[in-house]
Amino acid sequence: MDWNTIFFVIWPYISLTIFVVVTVYRSIIRPFSISSLSSQLLENKQLYWGSISFHYGIVLVLLGHLLALLIPRSVVLWNAVPLRLYLLEITGLGLGLWSLAGLLILVFRRVTVRRVQVVTTPMDAVVLAALLVSVISGVLVATLYRFGSYWFTGVFSPYLLSLVTFTPQIGLVAPLPWLIKLHVINNFVLAAIFPFSRLVHIFTYPIGYLIRPWQIVLWNRKIRTQNTQ
Amino acid sequence: MNVRAHMSMLFHLDKCIGCHTCSVACKNLWTDRKGAEYMWWNNVETRPGTGYPTRWEDQGHYRGGWELKGKKLSLRLHSRAGGLAKIFYNPALPTMDDYYEPFTFRYQDLFNAPAGDDQPTAIPISKVTGDPLDIQTGPNWDDDLGGSGIYASNDPNLAGVSEEVRRQMNELERVVFNYLPRICNHCLNPACAAACPSGAIYKRAEDGVVLVNENKCRAWRMCVAACPYKKVYYNWSTGKSEKCILCFPRMETGQAPACAHSCVGRIRYMGVLLYDADQIPSAAMVPDEQLVEAHRNVILDPFDPEVLAGARANGTEDSWLEAAQNSPAYKFVKEWGIALPLHAEYRTMAMMYYIPPLSPVVSVIENELFKLDLAEERHDFELFQRLDAARLPVKYLANLFSAGNEQVIREVMHKLLAVRLYMRHKTVRGAVNSDTLGYLSEAGLTVEKAEAIYKLTTLPNVKEQFVIPQYHRETAVEAWKDPLAHKGEAGFGAIQPPQRGE
Repeated sequence: MDWNTIFFVIWPYISLTIFVVVTVYRSIIRPFSISSLSSQLLENKQLYWGSISFHYGIVLVLLGHLLALLIPRSVVLWNAVPLRLYLLEITGLGLGLWSLAGLLILVFRRVTVRRVQVVTTPMDAVVLAALLVSVISGVLVATLYRFGSYWFTGVFSPYLLSLVTFTPQIGLVAPLPWLIKLHVINNFVLAAIFPFSRLVHIFTYPIGYLIRPWQIVLWNRKIRTQNTQ
Repeated sequence: MNVRAHMSMLFHLDKCIGCHTCSVACKNLWTDRKGAEYMWWNNVETRPGTGYPTRWEDQGHYRGGWELKGKKLSLRLHSRAGGLAKIFYNPALPTMDDYYEPFTFRYQDLFNAPAGDDQPTAIPISKVTGDPLDIQTGPNWDDDLGGSGIYASNDPNLAGVSEEVRRQMNELERVVFNYLPRICNHCLNPACAAACPSGAIYKRAEDGVVLVNENKCRAWRMCVAACPYKKVYYNWSTGKSEKCILCFPRMETGQAPACAHSCVGRIRYMGVLLYDADQIPSAAMVPDEQLVEAHRNVILDPFDPEVLAGARANGTEDSWLEAAQNSPAYKFVKEWGIALPLHAEYRTMAMMYYIPPLSPVVSVIENELFKLDLAEERHDFELFQRLDAARLPVKYLANLFSAGNEQVIREVMHKLLAVRLYMRHKTVRGAVNSDTLGYLSEAGLTVEKAEAIYKLTTLPNVKEQFVIPQYHRETAVEAWKDPLAHKGEAGFGAIQPPQRGE
C-alpha cells in the first residue's frame, strides 16, 4: 500500500465516517454541546474585523468549490472566455485573501486578548491551525497553479465523485504537486475534527428563520387538552 | 377569543427600599455559576439613573424591541434576512463592559501575606480571567445616585423634561430618586423569541413564562440585543443564552418566585391574569399614546362567563380561574387601573407591572434652614390639583411607564394621591371631610375601593399577596410519557452537564 492510497483513499473514508457518525450522534445525544461558542460578549472590536471577513470569505470560497463540484460543465463553459476566467480567478483569490486576513485577525485576537484566552480550548487551537493550513495552502495553490477553476473540474470533481460512489480513483490525484495534496489531506483533517470541535455550528446555520413564525408558544398540556375536547 | 392564563408580578414602587435582597436571592439561586457571574436576572436600579447594563433604554444604540413602520410591526434589530446576514457579528450586542466585569477578592492574600508593618489587603480579581482588576464600575455603581449627579442626568427617560426641571432635580435640597426592581417581563410579544434565529425561545401557554431551550440555543445571541429590557444574557462559558425563568420550578410547587418571596418591603405581588392571545397583534400596533389602554384591553375579566368558558376550552383548570378572580395583579392592573407595564413603547407587551411612586414629602430651605412646617398647600399630601409641582416630573414617569402619555400617569397618580389623602384624613385627623371624598370621586374611586387599595397595599397577608394556583404538573407529565413506565426510577434520568461545547 503506498502513501497515495493511505492519504487519498483510506484517510478520506476514515475522516468522512467520523464526520457523519459523530456529527449525527452529537446532534441527537448531546444537543446542549452544540453552539457557535461566540466570544463577542468578551471582546467585540477585533471580532468585527476578523469574524465578518473570515466567515464571508470562507463561505463564498466554499460555495465556489461546491459549484465546481456540482456543475463542472457550466464552470468550464464560463471559463471559455478568458476575461470571464480572469474575473472568476481574481474573485476567488480575493475572497481567499479576505478570509485569510480575517483568520489572522481571529488568531491574533485569541492569542492576545486575555478574556478570549480564557474561553480557548486546545481543540480551538487545533481548529485554527487546520484552518490556517487550509486557507494558506488554498491561496498558494490559486496563485502558483493557475488556473484552479479550470483544472479543478477535471481533477477533483471526478475524484470526489469517485469517493462518493465507492470507486476511488487515485490516478486522478496521485500526480498532483505536494501543495495541492496538502490542501486536500488537510481538508479531510478538518472533516475529521468537525464533530469534536465548535465547527459543528456550521450545520446549525438557522436558515429556517426565514420562514418560522415570529413567536413560538408551547402547551405542556396539549395532548390532555385534545383528549378532553 | 383565545383565552390564556399568565403569571404576572406586580411591583409597588412606593414600598421598595432598594435593599437588593431580591437580587441576592435570585443570584444565590440561579446565577452563582461560571459564566453567569455577571448576570443579574433580577436587579434593582436607582432612578433617575443609567441602569444595568448602562443606558439599556437607549434603543438607538441597543436596538431592542419592536417599532411600528407604517402598518407593520418589525423588530428594531433586524429583518429575517438581515438577521441571518448579521449572524457572524451582531453590531448591537452589549459587551461585558456594558454590564461589568465580575470580580471577587483574593482573600488568601490576607492569610499568606508575610509579616510586615502594614495590614494586608485582599486585592480584587476578575472572575473571568482571574487577573487583578482595577474595578471601574459595577452593576449598582449608581446605587442611590452613587454620590454624583452624572448617573441621574444620563437617564434616557429624561427626554422631554425641561432644562429647568432637570436642573432642579440635581439640586441637593430637591434631589429625588426611587428604585426600579427589574426582572424579565415575560412579554406577550417577546422580541427575544422573535429575534432568535434558532427558534430556541418559547412562551409557555399555560402560565406565560418565556424560556430558552438551551438544547436548541446556538449562541447566535440575537435575543440579547433584541430584548429591549436587556434581560436575556449570554453565558460566555457554556455558550448559551440564559434568562429569568420566573422561578417556574418554585411556582409549580406552590411557592412564589425567590425575588418576590424574599422581598423585605413586600412590594411584590403575584397573580394570574387571563388574556386574549388573538388581540396581541392589534394591541401591539396602536399609536404610542394608546398603548397602555390597548394593553389593558387584552387582559380579560375573570368574572365574565364567556371568558371563563374560553379559558376552560383551552384546558385551564378551575383552580387557575379561581386564582385569576382573586389575583392581586388583576385588581391593581385592571380593576383599579393603577399598575402599568414598563416602557409600553417597546411594544413587547410586558406582563410585569409597576405601581408608580408618589413623590416624597416636600421640603424647602428658607434662611438656610430646612423647613418642614410648611403651609398645607405646599405639602405634597395636598398636591392633588398640582401634580406638576411634584418632585418626580410627570413627564419622567410617563416616559417610564406609559410610552410618554402623561394623561395615563395623571390618572394613576390621582388615584394614589386620593387614597393617601383619604387615609391620612381618616387616621391622622380622625375624620374624612367632603374635600377628601371629592378627591376620591375626582380620581374615579369610591370609599370601598380606596379602602381595598389601602388594605392590599399595606396589609396583605401572604395568601393575598401571592395567589399561586396549583400547576398540575402531573397532568403535563402524563401527557408526554407514561408515569408508570418510570416507576421505581429516581431522579431525572440522564441529563447532560451544562458544559462548554465539545
